[in-house]
Amino acid sequence: MANLKELRGRINSVKSTRKITQAMKMVAAAKLRRAQAQAEAARPYAERMERMLASLGRAVAGAPDAPRMLVGTGREDVHLLVVVTGDRGLAGAFNSNVGRFARNHIRMLEGQGRTVKLLTVGRKGTTYLRRDFGGRLVGEISYLGRKTIGFDAAEEIALRITGMLERGEFDVCSLIYNRWKNVITQTPTEQRLIPAPMPEGELAAEAATSPAGAPALYSYEPTEEEILSALLPRNLAIQIYRAQLESVAGFYGSQMNAMDNATRNAGEMINRLTLNYNRTRQANITSELIEIISGAEAL
Amino acid sequence: MTMADTFQLELVSPERLLLARPVEMATLPAAEGEMGVLPGHSPMIVALRGGVITVRENGAETERLFVFGGFAEVTPERVTVLADEATPVARLSRAEAEGRVAEAEAALAGLAEATPEQRDLAMQRLLSAQAMVAAAQAA
Repeated sequence: MANLKELRGRINSVKSTRKITQAMKMVAAAKLRRAQAQAEAARPYAERMERMLASLGRAVAGAPDAPRMLVGTGREDVHLLVVVTGDRGLAGAFNSNVGRFARNHIRMLEGQGRTVKLLTVGRKGTTYLRRDFGGRLVGEISYLGRKTIGFDAAEEIALRITGMLERGEFDVCSLIYNRWKNVITQTPTEQRLIPAPMPEGELAAEAATSPAGAPALYSYEPTEEEILSALLPRNLAIQIYRAQLESVAGFYGSQMNAMDNATRNAGEMINRLTLNYNRTRQANITSELIEIISGAEAL
Repeated sequence: MTMADTFQLELVSPERLLLARPVEMATLPAAEGEMGVLPGHSPMIVALRGGVITVRENGAETERLFVFGGFAEVTPERVTVLADEATPVARLSRAEAEGRVAEAEAALAGLAEATPEQRDLAMQRLLSAQAMVAAAQAA
């Protein structure tokens, strides 16, 4: 049986671990709230952008010289995957879920004979994917040390993607990130960026008709092509921004959960160790008593 | 035909919703010239350059916001402005605006061999930054 001093040491060390995980949980909860508020604040712009795109897309669709960002290159040979993960760990399966999803996706694409290029956003995804797919990495971005991710960060990524598109370095671009469902669940998702999917369904229907039911025919100033070619890169940045915000919120949600579990496990472990400690202590006392009594009887 | 005397104005930047309420009139810095919008305007989608959006409510000018380019969707009952960046004119800093002019000038100078589109874009940024200085000065 372990000796008492050793057990005391272990109990103390688990207790300090619990303090740390508890503090981390609280910090994650506070950051989660901020991240959620930021995601909330970004929603109106994205929604209105979608509405505008829906009406523009219809106006330009079918035009022979439609922008490449909208219609793609017409091929599907080279895929650029933008993988968004967290910069830090200690968040349960948050990062490895995205990593595994990306890995399966890459294998699937390569199985179909496509070429894959990777742009990783977030340190954890970079290290995860570098092991198996290091040769396909074309860039990595990390926000380690930055407090909040602003729109400028998303714009930078969008600019990089646009540059690659102009140089013809890929045909299809998709985003892989953890989509926010709620604090407990985040689902790894693939979202197509280029060629840009046009909003469908309700939104398009809403944009198509004014409340009176008559189709709203917009006039454009300058021309629809010019507006569209300015709007599309902007939309690209917005989509990336939205994914980043969702990913950040999901990260803190996941971290909060992981730390909550860790705190609970630490508590259980402390109970078990304390029980063990008391048992050992009593066993020692009992054996000492027996020694004394049997010693006295022998006299 | 009776016309509503207000329309819904929404001003959003990528980071937040800045304004959403019924107003009587708004002036937008459209790419091809200032544009005043009254209720019942015909549907339009316009690109914006850097400039000031003014808002009229109850017969008086109530808001002045500087936008650094963007887009606006105009319908008879609603105007949605998607601003790249928006700041109330009163809070513009002249020093910062001048810094951006310098930045834009440098960017333009560095584009000697770029495509005409890229030069246009850089030129637009410079003009927007200059408009920002002007707006900051006037405030």
